[in-house]
Amino acid sequence: MKMANSLRGEVLNLYKNLLYLGRDYPKGAEYFKRRLKNVFLKNKDVKDPEKIRELIERGEFVMKELEALYFLRKYRAMKQRYYSDVNKTN
Amino acid sequence: DPGQGGPASSRSLWSPWRLLPCEPWPLPQEPLTLPSPPAEQIRVKPDKTGVVTDGVKHSMNPFCEIAVEEAVRLKEKKLVKEVIAVSCGPVQCQETIRTALAMGADRGIHVEVPAAEADRVGPLQVARVLAKLAEREKVDLVLLGKQAIDDDCNQTGQMTAGLLDWPQGTFASQVTLEGAKLKVEREIDGGLETLRLKLPAVVTTDLRLNEPRYATLPNIMKAKKKKIEVIKASDLGVDLSSKLTVVSVEDPPQRTAGVKVETTEDLVAKLKEVGRI
Repeated sequence: MKMANSLRGEVLNLYKNLLYLGRDYPKGAEYFKRRLKNVFLKNKDVKDPEKIRELIERGEFVMKELEALYFLRKYRAMKQRYYSDVNKTN
Repeated sequence: DPGQGGPASSRSLWSPWRLLPCEPWPLPQEPLTLPSPPAEQIRVKPDKTGVVTDGVKHSMNPFCEIAVEEAVRLKEKKLVKEVIAVSCGPVQCQETIRTALAMGADRGIHVEVPAAEADRVGPLQVARVLAKLAEREKVDLVLLGKQAIDDDCNQTGQMTAGLLDWPQGTFASQVTLEGAKLKVEREIDGGLETLRLKLPAVVTTDLRLNEPRYATLPNIMKAKKKKIEVIKASDLGVDLSSKLTVVSVEDPPQRTAGVKVETTEDLVAKLKEVGRI
C-alpha cells in the first residue's frame, strides 16, 4: 500500500507529460486527451505495484513513440518540401 | 598556442568556448501534409501584405532546431562551455527560446521587436543583430538553421559571417571540432564538400546534421530557472531599417481540374492535342 502511494506521483507525472506531448498529436489535442483519460481511468483500480510499474513503463514507451512520430513527420515534411527534386529523373 | 585540442573547459587561458545558436522569430506552424484536415490553414491577409499570423500556433524553425541540437551535443561532449539561444522578434520569441533552453541551452537572449515592426525584420536586420551579439558575448561559433521555412531566404547565416568577417560553413551535414579549427562537411549540388574553418566561425545547419530532441515537459520545467535577457536592437546600436518593401503576397495558383478520358485512344489523342507527345 505504501509503495502504491509513492507511485502515485509517478503516475501523475506520466499523465502530465503525455498530456503535454499530446498537444501536437496529428488527430488533434482533444482526441488525444480523451483517449489518454480513458486509458488512465480504465486502470484506476489497479493496486499491485508490479502491475502499476508495468503500466508506467508502457506509458513511457508511448511517450518515446510520440517523440519519434513527431520527429519523423517533421523530417518527412522538410524532406518532401526541400529535397524532393534530388531523385527526380525528369 | 591554444590550438592544441582537448576539452576547452580544461584550458583556463582560452576565452570560454561559447556557442550562439540563433533562431529567426518563431514561425507559424504550417500544416504539414496530413491525411486529416489540418488544424490550422495558412491564409493570405486580405490586403496582400503577408500571411495571417494572429492566433496561429508558432514554433521553432525546423532547421534552427537542428542548430540548437548540434550546439547542445557539442556541450554534452564537453567541447563547448556555454550555449546561448538567441531570437529576434516579438514576444512569441520567448516561447521559442524556452524550447531551446529545454533542449539544453544555458541561457537566452531575446532581442525584442514590436509586432508592428516585425515584418521589416529580414535576414539583413537579424544578421546585424547577431553580429553585434556575437561580438558582445565573445562567442566562438554561431550556429543557425540554413533557412527559415517562412521566407526561405537562406541569407542570415551568410550575412552574419560577412558582417563579422568570419569564415562560414553553410548547409552543414557534419560538424567536427578539431582544436581551434572546425571541420564542416557541406551538402552541395555535386555531393559533399569538406571545409576546415578557423574559429570563430558561422555554421548553418542542414537536414541531415542530426535529429533534434523533443523538449518534454520535465525539461521545460527545469528550463524555467534559466535566464532570458530581453534587450532592444537599439541597445546593441543596430539599425533595423530595411530597404525592402513587400509588394504583394498571394496564394499559389489553383490547380486546374484534370480531364477524364474514356479510352487509351482518347488519352493519346488528348496528350497529342496538348502537345505533350
